[in-house]
Amino acid sequence: MGSKKLLLSAVLASAMMIGSAQAKTLVHCSEGSPEGFDPALYTAGTTFDASSRQVYNKLAEFKIGTTSIGPGLAESWSVSDDGLEYTFNLRKGVKFHTTDYFTPTRDMNADDVIFSFKRQLDKDHAWNQYTAGTAWEYFDAMSMPALLKDIVKVDDNTVKFVLNRPEAPMIANLGMDFASIMSKEYADQLAASGNMEDLNQKPVGTGPFKFVNYQKDAVIRYKAHDDYWAGRTKIDDLIFAITPDSSVRHQRLLAGECHFNPYPNPADLQAIRDDSSLKLPEQEGLNVGYLAYNTQIAPFDNPKVRKALNKSINKQAILDAVFQGAGKAAKNPIPPTIWSYNDAIKDDSYDPAAAKKMLDDAGVKDLKMKIWAMPVQRPYNPNARRMAELIQADFKEVGVDVEIVSYEWGEYLKRSKELDRDGAVLLGWTGDNGDPDNFLAVLLGCDAVGGSNRAQWCNKEFEDLVQKAKIVSDPDERTKLYEQAQVVFKEQAPWATIAHSVVFKAMRNEVDGYKIDPFGGHVFYGVDIAN
Amino acid sequence: MLYFILRRVGLLIPTFLGVTIAAFSFIRLLPGDPVLLMAGERGLTPERHAELMERFGYDRPIWEQFLEYVYGVLQGDLGNSLITKKPVLEEFFTLFPATFELALCSMVFATIIGVTAGAIAAVKRSTWFDHTAMGTALVGYSMPIFWWGLLLIILFSGILGWTPVSGRISLFYFFPQVTGFMLIDSLLSGQKGAFASAVSHLILPTIVLGTIPLAVIARQTRSAMLEVLGEDYVRTAKAKGLSPRRVVGIHALRNALIPVITTIGLQVGVLLGGAILTETIFSWPGIGKWMVDSIFRRDYPSVQGGLLLIATIVMLVNLIVDLMYGLINPKIRHTGG
Repeated sequence: MGSKKLLLSAVLASAMMIGSAQAKTLVHCSEGSPEGFDPALYTAGTTFDASSRQVYNKLAEFKIGTTSIGPGLAESWSVSDDGLEYTFNLRKGVKFHTTDYFTPTRDMNADDVIFSFKRQLDKDHAWNQYTAGTAWEYFDAMSMPALLKDIVKVDDNTVKFVLNRPEAPMIANLGMDFASIMSKEYADQLAASGNMEDLNQKPVGTGPFKFVNYQKDAVIRYKAHDDYWAGRTKIDDLIFAITPDSSVRHQRLLAGECHFNPYPNPADLQAIRDDSSLKLPEQEGLNVGYLAYNTQIAPFDNPKVRKALNKSINKQAILDAVFQGAGKAAKNPIPPTIWSYNDAIKDDSYDPAAAKKMLDDAGVKDLKMKIWAMPVQRPYNPNARRMAELIQADFKEVGVDVEIVSYEWGEYLKRSKELDRDGAVLLGWTGDNGDPDNFLAVLLGCDAVGGSNRAQWCNKEFEDLVQKAKIVSDPDERTKLYEQAQVVFKEQAPWATIAHSVVFKAMRNEVDGYKIDPFGGHVFYGVDIAN
Repeated sequence: MLYFILRRVGLLIPTFLGVTIAAFSFIRLLPGDPVLLMAGERGLTPERHAELMERFGYDRPIWEQFLEYVYGVLQGDLGNSLITKKPVLEEFFTLFPATFELALCSMVFATIIGVTAGAIAAVKRSTWFDHTAMGTALVGYSMPIFWWGLLLIILFSGILGWTPVSGRISLFYFFPQVTGFMLIDSLLSGQKGAFASAVSHLILPTIVLGTIPLAVIARQTRSAMLEVLGEDYVRTAKAKGLSPRRVVGIHALRNALIPVITTIGLQVGVLLGGAILTETIFSWPGIGKWMVDSIFRRDYPSVQGGLLLIATIVMLVNLIVDLMYGLINPKIRHTGG
């Protein structure tokens, strides 16, 4: 009980230190350390939480808690008829952070936008290799180098992106973390003083929180940005207390040392629900967990065989045992929260007798196969080993012998991509930008065979639909194309779609206004602490 | 004595070289590479993979990479972390004080209690104290650190509220890290309650990390004491009428400590290893956790540099132990060890 008073006395202590009567401090029990503070260099959610989501803004911003994109640092934009030019009108009067190490002399303008992107695009840019082994992972993964022809300053508050080809998800791409807008003035200051690597250690942005200090692997401290363009946050101080173990995070939450546990253990969920000092909001994750067959190797090249195997999987048992209630059966390759989700599609019903008959009809006898199980916990699959065991038992019922294999995570990712991979692989995906293209093209497109398309599946009808949807800009038309693509997917069954996980966030009752981010991020703007 | 010291120091060089080779090759024996891990589920095209490998220099012949690495090491450059991009040396020494502070406290805890319990157990052989102490030591040695740590947190921090859950100090103390040792920095900060907070945060991690060394030291001390207590000179001392305290404390214990000191030296290696689990459980920002993260991410420079530095520390500690051994036992220093 003594520790529960800890938070109260600590708040008072912090108020004394800050010098104001009632400073509000939010403590987030972060699950890991950030790799750095320049979000364009990295891909991990933990790093984005510590950088882009608190300290920076983008041209377009996802409305907090949703996948709908809207104005950010750009208050409006227009797209040319041919879809090749995007002209952004920048918001005026946006202030960068004033910190111990930097004082801005001007507002955000086009130079900052151009700097933020050109450093990633131009190999000859002075900042392109500003630290050892710089790689612009997400910029490259979203095909920006092939897509972007040029970024042009029209005037101080207008920037034009010129594309090589139309790309309907472009705005959504610009709402992603790698597209955070940096301060060119700060970059110039660092270059002049010979401290370019500080851009990755001591960030300066326009976001609701400004960076104060990082004690490596221990604590990150932020302060409210008083001149934030969208209105100052209600919290005065934000602290990330890095706590890698989930059971310990739970204990810290109970003891009042943290306000927020981003990844509670499924085993602790009931205890959290029963505790009157805590609350547990939930939301469907923007993810899908699946079993991908290798459609280039017999008998998995036969859609009827794949359909039969799908029908033999007891998804409810998997939801109960593996997700412990924190999941929903998946029937489509995109989650229900993404627009164009085709709810009219019927899932393969669990019917082992029918499945056996379908296998017999297809001439499949004494089939032996491998199922690959991931060694790590992922948002879309908390226990792949367990899931594989359940599927193994299900497949045995229909006369298919399964051997479960696993590799260390890095090796797993590498080997599972191989065209001659032996076996079906358990894997999944969390959406990057809320666009169906980010699931359907990335995971099932012909270009991605041998890469992120683990089913090695290339289907002309599906491909045509998805490619057309990439260039069409009318949302209704795109919706129809993606809906049809999902129909083709269901008929051809390159995967057994298993589940979309439900995301839970545990927090103390006094935390108000937190919205769960579908992309898996943790955004603290708009959060308040009730007294 | 000088010859003894020089010989021991001289042996460091081939050992150091061996460790460098081991550190360099072990990480590369692991499947996967840093570039692949950075890409995650998305994956990379073979061309992009090759391009990034070239940028990092990992496509060159291994012997060439090794020689370049050794050349750098001799100039004090251990390379930059592939993840944070900061110099490995800087990363290591930012985190090392936390591990050192915890390991030191754990070692002091384990030594004081272990030697005391072991000595008393030997003197009171086959009594309830002996059985209890050695039984407890066995349990302590067998318990998984992770589970033990969590248990203590749930009991003392959760239920009783006597200790904080994790971290080095309460989050609301914010002062410059002058030495990196929280006990010292909290005193230097002058902030009220900071030192007490630092001490209270050290209690549980010290107990958890010190449990296994304590068990080993206790059993080792008891063994050594029993052997020494049976020696002629001890019987002579007793016959001469010296008080039991003098016999045990001065004549017996000092000689029994010789193998125990060696054990303590070896336990330093255990402490640095056990620190990984303790650091994870108690959110303790030390080198143990950093090493594990670096291995999972295939951060080659960090793993190589970390292994090298840790091995150097262990070697130096054992050198000191050997030298102390020579000081305590004249026989060793005269025969040159």
